[in-house]
Amino acid sequence: MIPAPFEYYRPKNTAEALKLLQKVKGARLLAGGHSLLPAMKLRLSSPGALVDIARIKELSGIKSVKGGLQIGAMTTHAAIGASDVVRKICPVLAETAGNIGDLQVRNRGTIGGSIAHADPAADYPTLMLLLGARFTVTGPKKKREIKADDFFVDLFTTALKRGEILTSIYVPAESAAVYLKHRHPASSFAVVGVAAAIAMKNGKCDRVAVAIGGATAVPVRAGAVEQALSGKEPTSANLDRAAAAVAQAIKSPLSDSYASGEFRTHLATVMARRALTQVAAKAR
Amino acid sequence: MASRIFGSGIKRREDPRLVTGQARYTDDFVLPNMVHMAVVRSPYAHAKIKSIDTKKAASMPGVLAVFTGRQMKDAGFGPIPCAWVVPGSDTKTPPYPAIATEIVRYVGNAVAIVVAQDRYQVRDAVDAVDVDYEPLPVTVDAFRATQKGAPQLHADVPNNICFHWHVTGGDVESAFKTADVVVKERIVNQRLIPNAMEPRASLAQYSSASGEVTLWTTTQNPHIVRFLLSLDCGIPEHKIRVIAPEVGGGFGSKIPHYPEESMVIFASKALNRPVKWTESRSENYRATIHGRDHIQEVEIAAKKDGTIVGLRGKVWANLGAYLSTASTGIPTILHGLMLSGVYKIPNIHEDVYGVFTNTTPVDAYRGAGRPEATFIVERLVDLLARKLKMDPVELRRKNMIPPFKDGYTVATGLAYDTGNYEAALDKALKIADYKALRKQQSDMRAKGQYLGIGMCTYAEICGLGPSQVAGAVGFGGGLWESAIVRFYPSGKVNVFVGVSPHGQGEETTFAQIVASELGVSVDDVEVLHGDTDQTPMGWGTYGSRTTAVGSGALMGAIQKIKDKAKVVTAHLLEASPDDIDYADGKFFVKGSPDKFKTIQDVALMANVAWNYPKGLEPGLEASAFFDPPNFVYPFGAHIAVVQVDAETGEVTLKRYIAVDDCGRVINPMIVEGQVHGGIAQGVGQALWEGAVYDDDGQLLTGSMMDYAVPKAAYFPKFELAMTETPTSVNPLGVKGIGETGTIASTPAVYNAVADALAPLGVERINMPLTPERVWRAIREQRKA
Amino acid sequence: MKHTVSLTVNGAKQTGEVEPRLLLVHFLRENLGLTGTNVGCDTSQCGACTVMIDGQAVKSCTVLTVQADGSKVTTIEGLASDGKLHPIQQAFWEKHGLQCGFCTPGMIMTAFDLLQKNPRPSEADVRHGIDGNLCRCTGYQNIVAAVQEAAARMKA
Repeated sequence: MIPAPFEYYRPKNTAEALKLLQKVKGARLLAGGHSLLPAMKLRLSSPGALVDIARIKELSGIKSVKGGLQIGAMTTHAAIGASDVVRKICPVLAETAGNIGDLQVRNRGTIGGSIAHADPAADYPTLMLLLGARFTVTGPKKKREIKADDFFVDLFTTALKRGEILTSIYVPAESAAVYLKHRHPASSFAVVGVAAAIAMKNGKCDRVAVAIGGATAVPVRAGAVEQALSGKEPTSANLDRAAAAVAQAIKSPLSDSYASGEFRTHLATVMARRALTQVAAKAR
Repeated sequence: MASRIFGSGIKRREDPRLVTGQARYTDDFVLPNMVHMAVVRSPYAHAKIKSIDTKKAASMPGVLAVFTGRQMKDAGFGPIPCAWVVPGSDTKTPPYPAIATEIVRYVGNAVAIVVAQDRYQVRDAVDAVDVDYEPLPVTVDAFRATQKGAPQLHADVPNNICFHWHVTGGDVESAFKTADVVVKERIVNQRLIPNAMEPRASLAQYSSASGEVTLWTTTQNPHIVRFLLSLDCGIPEHKIRVIAPEVGGGFGSKIPHYPEESMVIFASKALNRPVKWTESRSENYRATIHGRDHIQEVEIAAKKDGTIVGLRGKVWANLGAYLSTASTGIPTILHGLMLSGVYKIPNIHEDVYGVFTNTTPVDAYRGAGRPEATFIVERLVDLLARKLKMDPVELRRKNMIPPFKDGYTVATGLAYDTGNYEAALDKALKIADYKALRKQQSDMRAKGQYLGIGMCTYAEICGLGPSQVAGAVGFGGGLWESAIVRFYPSGKVNVFVGVSPHGQGEETTFAQIVASELGVSVDDVEVLHGDTDQTPMGWGTYGSRTTAVGSGALMGAIQKIKDKAKVVTAHLLEASPDDIDYADGKFFVKGSPDKFKTIQDVALMANVAWNYPKGLEPGLEASAFFDPPNFVYPFGAHIAVVQVDAETGEVTLKRYIAVDDCGRVINPMIVEGQVHGGIAQGVGQALWEGAVYDDDGQLLTGSMMDYAVPKAAYFPKFELAMTETPTSVNPLGVKGIGETGTIASTPAVYNAVADALAPLGVERINMPLTPERVWRAIREQRKA
Repeated sequence: MKHTVSLTVNGAKQTGEVEPRLLLVHFLRENLGLTGTNVGCDTSQCGACTVMIDGQAVKSCTVLTVQADGSKVTTIEGLASDGKLHPIQQAFWEKHGLQCGFCTPGMIMTAFDLLQKNPRPSEADVRHGIDGNLCRCTGYQNIVAAVQEAAARMKA
């Protein structure tokens, strides 16, 4: 219930935050705190110092830009869920954000914090993978852009280097995508989360994207499913056949006392078919 | 007794302080000079304590002391008593030290305590206490712990069998031999974590000058705690004051006298300062009692026309590592005796083995033994119906005990008070529109969708209870109740009771009774409870007894007040007491209703005693004790409608119909609230909850991240109705209602899921019916 | 190293010298004596600790006091005005939306934010809106009724 002692800093801007990360030994970034603080309260994590960037204004905000949205890393789930701009340009993002955790969590949790934390049971990473998001990462010397495809490396591990801050997220526009999740009845985290998008052309599936989270250490694109459906009509039989290929994407599934790896793989298959069915109806 | 206030769903008197945050729960109390205690707990389920090094912890900032079990023992503190030993069951009662000294027997077992200035410092110091353990082999399963080769928890408890109890009625051997059909089942009534929203806390203030101690503690029964403390703390009962302040739920988990209550007293005595301990939720999961945890092998025997001829079973009841206060009575007296349910079952037999394992102690949890019994009966009845291809409603009707007003004795020896089971069933079927549901079910099946309809018709034993019976079955206390009704000169009333409500609303319903009986305004009555210095001896709030038994004492005191008021009125009106009648708040001369005195008139005169009957004591105060002649047996019929997604295994509760009979209803709003809450917990057991240990005795469901306490979105709106069959056991004719929802809903929902999956050939799935378990069961049937 | 914090709590300016790790819920309960906000768990599930921070419902057990420096905090004690219950408190009372009362302050604060964001919630909206608040006593039915009643009154 009570964290071990630590030092606390609240920099006024990103530059100051970067300096602190360099200077202070064992410093970790604090965003919404709803992943980090619970871990610290259980003493599963005891960083020597926290650098609070949640209130840095330049890190928050939602802008409509060419081809999509530019979202500040410190933008809360509640803000994203309620944003008319997001609802217009990428409704699945608003729906997903509005369904993370609970009302109180959404008021504090941030998109950047969630993505940088890379919890396999989180929702954003799966969606970012589906949408082909790009992350702006600011380091002490330079900025770089990392594709979502390359960002999630392992359980709670990302491509962020020591001293870097995820500052902004570019989310491509997407009008017909769906994210379904099977919520853990206690924690509400995604036991399995499936995101799907289809772009149609002449009554056939032109571009298909399916991303699966929760079942493995990092979210994965189900390439075999995408290929199986690509160029085909979204008939029930074709959707069934495509979804059956989900298992190929899931290697070494996670397992716990609520859901085994085998069950997660099965759920992912069912949910993929349902997501594709829903999104095919939307895409028409 | 008809009055508008009795039977009225008035707003609760408790609520203004609760909705404004003004209520004071144990952790809210701050005393001058107070310090904080934390408990060092074993991370091993079974181990020898080789050494404890407290030096580092003792030198940490803010730390006043670190104490071990040995020091507590040397200070005169004894083991935690077990207050229920059922005769004829060869019960072993191994000692339960408050702080372990040689061996730890469950993860969470206390090994030392730390006291520091604030709760942050004490938390830091806990990690610095260095305990050297030598792990021992572990056993967690109630059946496997009794088998040859299993690790032994206690000396002198061979095979970890604490007791062997049985109940017998009739001749089951013959019944089963001559039956046309026998249906067997193995049921796991899984371990649950009560999860009252308020974690436990205790605050002790010992005064060395007077040798007195005040203990604020999260308890359902302060007088029982006082009594048990006098046995293990070396402090006499009359010098102990136990206060249950606002208590945030209990559901049985705050009945026991816990080690921490003794620990804070020990620490307060040693340091001469108030000491407070508050558990975290994760600590609660290990240090506060669990519920249920039975392995049951049961069978039912019947004629081919559906007449049930016998029911028998064998149960291994997990008690955890030590005996908690009431542990042994739950899976025996409160369980096996109810195996007749609402049916005429002439031959019943059950063997129950209470088993020690390296897990958290198990004690009473909402329903306490009756859910475990009702599930057996209602599941077997459904399985029998399926075997005989009979509608489960018709099978129930066929075997139901017909309506009775003057008692009905079942094969186990219990004498139910009053019942009309078929009326409740009919009402539930009507509300559910059973025929339409069956049609809906078959329409949906044609489309490959699975709707399930399940029911539970139940009776349960509560309103604990007749003290003679308590003694006869080995309960270490009485089960009567007490009340003092005290009128002040201004006509206002205080009621002091021995029960200890913590959400059940008796501050309101008891005020309603006084208002209804004596014509005072509900606002003029204040009901006080929870402080042993202020209240008469009583036995607390659990077992749905507060109203059933507590109201008996209240009515007794009210009757004495009425009798005295008549004498005072007679004097004031220059009449004979025999000529005074009472109605609607007025004591009047028979035949001359305009010659009257109100109770307020009487209260004033009795308190000033100016114009007063010679020889009559002044004051208008009466105390009464009520020992009920029997338990009470509320009953009802619940119907659950579920939909199962056969692909994902997800179960959705679509509708829930509850018809209950708790006799006369004082406040229907409060009664409904009890049923709602009870249903939620029982459905929780069926679908989401379960405390899971691994083979090393580690609690895998170690926090609210893993143990699924149900959320609002999981439930539909419950559809409630009542029938009213008063009891003759107490003056008001009231039964209990606090546990019925939980008792009935687990089998109702389970039966519904089984009904949904019947066309897929699935019959048995262990609870909770998680999506994966349902999916696997369906898959296995497909393979078969 | 301790930090000086300054917050407005229930309209009154409060300052303190606090360790960075001091949870807001403990600052409110112990430093300020506002014990209406309760601690029910240690994994941020139960919501008994919910307060309003800068107009939004937040679990105060998952916020450091230093994070709330400069913020406006409203606890259950700050909801009634001039001795008159807030319509949400009144509705909980009238609809029997509480039994033991432990989850109630947090439940009411969440309802406050829920109704801010959605003044006309359906039953499903309310049930999902209180996903972050556990109750073990009521089975939620009367809580939902209370929130809907409050919504109706506040709209009027």
